[in-house]
Amino acid sequence: MEFGPHLILASLEGAVTAAILSLTAIGLSIVFGVMRVVNVAHGEFFMLGAVFAWYISQFLGTHPALGFVAAILIAPLLVGTLAAGLDRLILQRIDYNPERTIVATIGILYILQQGTLMTFGPDARPVAPPFNQVIAIPWFEFTDAGFEIYWPWGLGITSYKLFIIFAAAVVLAGVWLLMTRTKFGLIMRATQQDRETAQAFGVPVDKVFAYVFGLGAALAAVGAVLVVPVQQAHYLMGFDPLLLSFIVVIIGGLGSLPGTVIAAVLIGMTDGIISVFFSPTLAKIIATLAVAMVLVFRPRGLMGK
Amino acid sequence: MLRIEDIHSGYGSVKVLFGINLEARPGEILCLLGRNGAGKTTVMKTIMGLLPLTQGRITLADTDIGALPAHEVPRHRIGYVPQGRRLFPELTVAENIEMGLMPCNSGKGTREKVLDMFPRLRERLSQQASTLSGGEQQMLAIARALCLEPKVLLLDEPTEGLQPSMVDLIRNVIVQMKAEGLAVILVEQRVDAVLSVADQVAFIENGRNAETLSAASLRSDPAKLHHYLGV
Repeated sequence: MEFGPHLILASLEGAVTAAILSLTAIGLSIVFGVMRVVNVAHGEFFMLGAVFAWYISQFLGTHPALGFVAAILIAPLLVGTLAAGLDRLILQRIDYNPERTIVATIGILYILQQGTLMTFGPDARPVAPPFNQVIAIPWFEFTDAGFEIYWPWGLGITSYKLFIIFAAAVVLAGVWLLMTRTKFGLIMRATQQDRETAQAFGVPVDKVFAYVFGLGAALAAVGAVLVVPVQQAHYLMGFDPLLLSFIVVIIGGLGSLPGTVIAAVLIGMTDGIISVFFSPTLAKIIATLAVAMVLVFRPRGLMGK
Repeated sequence: MLRIEDIHSGYGSVKVLFGINLEARPGEILCLLGRNGAGKTTVMKTIMGLLPLTQGRITLADTDIGALPAHEVPRHRIGYVPQGRRLFPELTVAENIEMGLMPCNSGKGTREKVLDMFPRLRERLSQQASTLSGGEQQMLAIARALCLEPKVLLLDEPTEGLQPSMVDLIRNVIVQMKAEGLAVILVEQRVDAVLSVADQVAFIENGRNAETLSAASLRSDPAKLHHYLGV
């Protein structure tokens, strides 16, 4: 096995993981940052995104690309609306009390998970990617004939996986613009910094919270719609993204968006590279160790305040 | 005119106000005096709807302010300068001002007018609020409240911890607002600073009204100050 081409492949796979992870973790991070709510049900919103994506694409039953476009537009919207409704119905009623929100979101987790099992069944559902050309990974060597580019046998990535990385970057840039350049972003940041004073300047905090909770869930759903053509939709698929999102958000610093993205890239890339060269279990061990180290040496996370 | 009739309020199960009556008239400065813990800040927060009104009425002109949710109170042009300034620390000066413009959809004209009052803020528009000096932060807190083009201005200890030159500047702004016809409610610890600007002084004791006097009569007979404040 040649090291160079494999490292490229591992890095690309890692970048795909990192891309999905940053979307999911940013959602968790925004919700925690603005609302101070630890959303244990976040992984289930991810799962719902994936299941809805499957449902929408098989319901339309046309070309995979059309189903995909419909899914990426509709699934996050549905999930976001559902989350906003749950915020108003449950979290608002318990006044966002920290301990109670944890218990309440655990409850939401099970309701969503079991509700999905009862509605859509226990099977893993594949979704066809909208496009899926295999792109061989090039490498070079110096032979007697001089510099030569060649394509090692069996090493390739699909165009769809590259698209995941690109799409995630676009969505993250959009979130960044939303937070820093729009009126809604300004209101979110003001609410995050001083809820009471924001109210004294006309911010309807309840409404903002419902939107923020919806936005957080919708971001997880976007990640899920992107990943479902390579990973299958399943009612238990929410656990891993939840765990990894918490790891990422803790390493990055609770509520810090740049920190979350940096940590997602870090964890995603290590996960990809270590999984290829050693084992996925070792990758998880290292991620957990990283959390421990951050908690010991930088309890507020890489970019936390 | 902002009229406060027999209001009761508090924090959760801890009741702080047991029936306060006040009247803030346009073009007048009403000053609340009282010992620590008497309930002055609680009155301000209750007017803003930030604490639940359990009894009594708060009306501005004919609008029942006390019945509104907190975020709708500022839309009736009540500007609030909270104790300890309470800026949005990580927002820039410009963004803090933008937050002030939002509730009443105030336009560019208001922004310019307010920045003309505090030229120092204009120089620091892109600076983070938390990096301003204490005096500048207080200017920003007042500027943000003035962005509502308020009819009523609530100021909770606006000169706390400031150097004398800054205190003078802020006092001048308050007097100017009074001249423009705003009703001003001022909570202040420095009795000397209060007596020179106030029209009326309301003493608050243990969450109740003690006495409301004209500042002029208090100036001529300071014995009351000793009685209520122990100074």
